[in-house]
Parts: sequence; structure tokens; C-alpha cells
Amino acid sequence: MSEDLGFLFALLLNGVSIGLMYSLIALGFVLVYKATDAINFAQGEFVMLAGLIVAMMLSFEGMPLAVAVIVTLAVMIGFGFGLERVVLRPLLGRPVVAVIMATIGLAAVLRGLGPVIFGSETRAVSLPIGDEPIVLGPASLPPIQVAGAVVAIAFFLAFSWFFKKSRMGVAMRAVADNQQVAQAMGINVERYFALAWAMAGVVSALGGIVWGSMLGVDVHLALVGLKVFPVVILGGLDSIGGALVGGLIIGIVESLAAGYLDPYVGGGTKDFAPYVLMILVLMIRPYGIFGKRKIERV
Amino acid sequence: MDEVSILGVATLSKKFGGVTAVQDVSVDVPRGGILSIIGPNGAGKTSLLNMISGFYKPDTGRVVLEGRDITQKKPSDIAALGIGRTFQNIALFSGLTVLDNLMLGRHVRMKSGVLSSVIYWGMAQKEDIAHREAIEEIIEFLKLQDLRKQPTSALAYGLRKRVELGRALASEPKVLLLDEPMGGMNQDEKEDMARYVLDVNQERGVTVVLIEHDMGVVMDISDRVVVLDRGRCIATGTPDEMQRHPKVIEAYLGTSKSGGRV
Repeated sequence: MSEDLGFLFALLLNGVSIGLMYSLIALGFVLVYKATDAINFAQGEFVMLAGLIVAMMLSFEGMPLAVAVIVTLAVMIGFGFGLERVVLRPLLGRPVVAVIMATIGLAAVLRGLGPVIFGSETRAVSLPIGDEPIVLGPASLPPIQVAGAVVAIAFFLAFSWFFKKSRMGVAMRAVADNQQVAQAMGINVERYFALAWAMAGVVSALGGIVWGSMLGVDVHLALVGLKVFPVVILGGLDSIGGALVGGLIIGIVESLAAGYLDPYVGGGTKDFAPYVLMILVLMIRPYGIFGKRKIERV
Repeated sequence: MDEVSILGVATLSKKFGGVTAVQDVSVDVPRGGILSIIGPNGAGKTSLLNMISGFYKPDTGRVVLEGRDITQKKPSDIAALGIGRTFQNIALFSGLTVLDNLMLGRHVRMKSGVLSSVIYWGMAQKEDIAHREAIEEIIEFLKLQDLRKQPTSALAYGLRKRVELGRALASEPKVLLLDEPMGGMNQDEKEDMARYVLDVNQERGVTVVLIEHDMGVVMDISDRVVVLDRGRCIATGTPDEMQRHPKVIEAYLGTSKSGGRV
């Protein structure tokens, strides 16, 4: 392989692994939007919260990783359930913007309370996976990116099984498709709303662990949530497969921009390239690649 | 409400803003019969069904199922109590297969708590087989054998209506509310559907409440007819009586003079 191709391969590989980790976070957003029509502007803060929790757990002497992960998962599931019950359920039937405002408010609260409770220093989340880069041909990846990508793939597989095969998953799709009809089938819609938020909690917990491990944990970890928007706009707000593909595309675009454009302009294109793409998609295909075009006879 | 009714609504009213959708409507649905609700567009037929299913909460009046007041219950609870329904615009879950749609119709018969379905995995599987058998029976009844794995969005219009009927049947309802099950169908499809509705009623003993615009079908299969006009119930009786009822003729033809058939 020539050096140029090798470079491209390395950029692509890096983009794919980062992209999968974006997909994982975007999945939390999509699950909630799909099932409940709520746009969650606090997805990044969910990830931050999970990162703070896992970092705190791991800071205790002799804390096994498994326990820290399980506690983080449990807290985030509880957080998701609680949030739905306390904040979102009272807003059922209100205009969409009310829910958006509530999640923006929630984001601010979490960003403010995080340092108050957990301290403001940047903490490390050290996973027992070493630092030796994993070499794949001309490219090499930090182990955390490989681990993150594997976790993301595992979760996409698990969720696609859940939604295709499990009774609850199918019922959840029914709720997502048409709430009124789902109710007429005897499906308790509110319970599935709560479940969607809890699932967003699970995804955020894993996102917090892998992203926290990669970037370190402090308030700025929430910024990773901003990448959710280009990912879901690209893939479609309500498409789980779209979150996966959107994440991959954004990861790759970022990586290519960093590799090919940044050297010429002195850096920074990596950070805005995804948003340029997002704006283009909004102009051409506002419902995303896999999103549902909403046509309704009223 | 008398002893023979399974479902009754009493002095039901509903306003949306300044518009009165339903005004003081009382209907008794006899157990085991087919009762049709007819009336011009905007007469309040679907609003009435929506109040029975719990989607709208009436401003006044009550809905009673087998002696039990269900007026304030949630739609999902009302479904669980035995009121199934279909919708005017086909309301199948479009991304899902025919089988999944039918299984969802059975949701109320399933004990699927979030926890119990995780803990009692094996039991849930066993239960699933029983449910599958019930669904297979409906598939056979409605001749949907070849369509099990088809996504419903790929089906022809008439078939989708039939799947929707099957989904409502899957919950083993005591009362089935059908909102224009033959709307938009051609004559052959209408006849098929009318036959299925009769079979549902006679073979399965399900009480049927039917909204339908095709007067031929209504007169053929109904035991009783309720006529709504501008939110009010203007007449109730047998199909024959309704065809001769002056108020009904007036509502449909806009005149009280002629005595012709509707």
C-alpha cells in the first residue's frame, strides 16, 4: 500500500471508531425521540453525568471496574426513569417546545450541579485496557477507541434484537409509530416512555465511560453531546440505523478534515466540518437519510 | 340501561372550543348484536367512538361497560376491559409485519410487566406459544396465511383493513368498535368485509358497533341503527324503521316532505 493510501486508511479507521462512539451517544437521543417525540438537548449532559459517576466510583481505593460500571448503569437507569416521571410526564400533551425548554433547562442544571457535587477537577477514568496502540496495517488505534467501537457495535446489535424480536421492543415501536393506536391495543404508553428514557440512561452510561476514559471527565465532557445533532440530522431523528450510519459518516468526515484540511489552514476544520455537513443535509434532505417523512391525512 | 345491553352511553356531550361535537347522546348497545351508527359527515360518529375508547373525556355523561362506569378510564385500560376498535384512517403499525401487528393486538392478554418479562423468561416463552396459536386462528379466519411476514405498508388497501380487523380481534374483545371498516373499498372488498363482520358477530359472539356510510351494508347486517346529525341522536330503531323515519330522510336529503327510501 502506498503511503497516501495508508494515510487514508488510517484516517478512515480512526473516523469509523470515533464515529461508532458518536453513534452510541446519538442512540440515546434517537431512542427518546422515536418513542416519545421529545427532543433531548441534555444528551451530552447525560453522558457527562455518567462520566462523573464512574470517575467518582473508580476514585475509591480498590473499586473493581465491574462494580463501578454496574453502579453507573443503575444510577443512570434510575435517573432516566425518574426524569420521565418528574419532569417529562407532566409535560405530556404540551407543545413540543415546552419539552425542549425543559431539557435545555435540565442540561444547565446538570452542568451546574455536576462540579458542585463531584468537584470541578478533571478526573481520569482508567480502564484496564492499556495504552499500547493497536496496530492494524498502516494504521494504529488507541485501545480505548477500539473498546468504544466494540461497545457501540454490541449495543446496536442488542438494540436491533430488542426492537425486532422482543415483545417489549415491538410494543415500543408501536408506541413510536402511533401513540393513540398503541393505547387502543391496551399498551400503557407512559410506561414505554419511561423505558425509553431509561434506555437513554443506559446508553449514556456507556458513552460516559468510554468518552470519559478518552477525554477525561469534567463539565466539558458534555460538549461531546453537541456532536449528536449532526449525527441525528444526518441519519434521521427517529432512525436507529440512521444513528449508526450518521455517526460513522460524521466520524469519518471529522477524521478526513483533520487529516487533509487542517494542515493547510492550521487546524479547526475538524471541529466544524460535521456542522457544515449538517447544514447541507438540512437544506437537501431535512428528515435525514433514514428519517421518516411525515405525511398525514388529517 | 337495561339488562340486555353490554355497553351503554348516557347523555354524553363533548365540545371542542365552541363547536359541539356530541350533544346529549344516549345509546344502548344490545349484547351480541350489530349496532350501526350512521349520519352525515361531522355528525359526531367518530367523536362518540373516541369517547367510548377513552381518547376523549366527555364533558357530561357516562360510558358504562357491563354495568361498570369506564368514563374516566385510560384508553389502554378500556382496551383491557374488552373494547377493541379499528380506525377510520387505517392505523396499522406500518413498519411492522402483519404478525407483529396481530401480536400487538394481543398485548392486553399478555402478562408482560417490565420485570416479569425479564425474570420469567421461560414462562413468557410458553405464554408466547399460546398467543401464537390464538393469532394463527385469526390468521386462518381472515385468510391472511400468506401475509404473516409482510410489512403492512406493502399490503393492498382492502387487506390492510382486514389486518386491522384481525388486530382488533386478537384482543378477544367483548365489544368491537369499527370505524368505517368498508370506507374506500370496492364492491367486492365491501362484501368480503361485511361477511367477516357478520362472522365475527355470529361465530365469535362479539358485539359490534359499526360506523359505516354504505347504506346497503348497514341495512343488510345491522340489528339496530342509530342516526346522528349535528351531534345529536335523531333516531334509533331497526334498519327498516330508519329507512322510513322522516327525520332520517330529512338529515340525509335535506327535506322533510318526500317519503322515499334513503
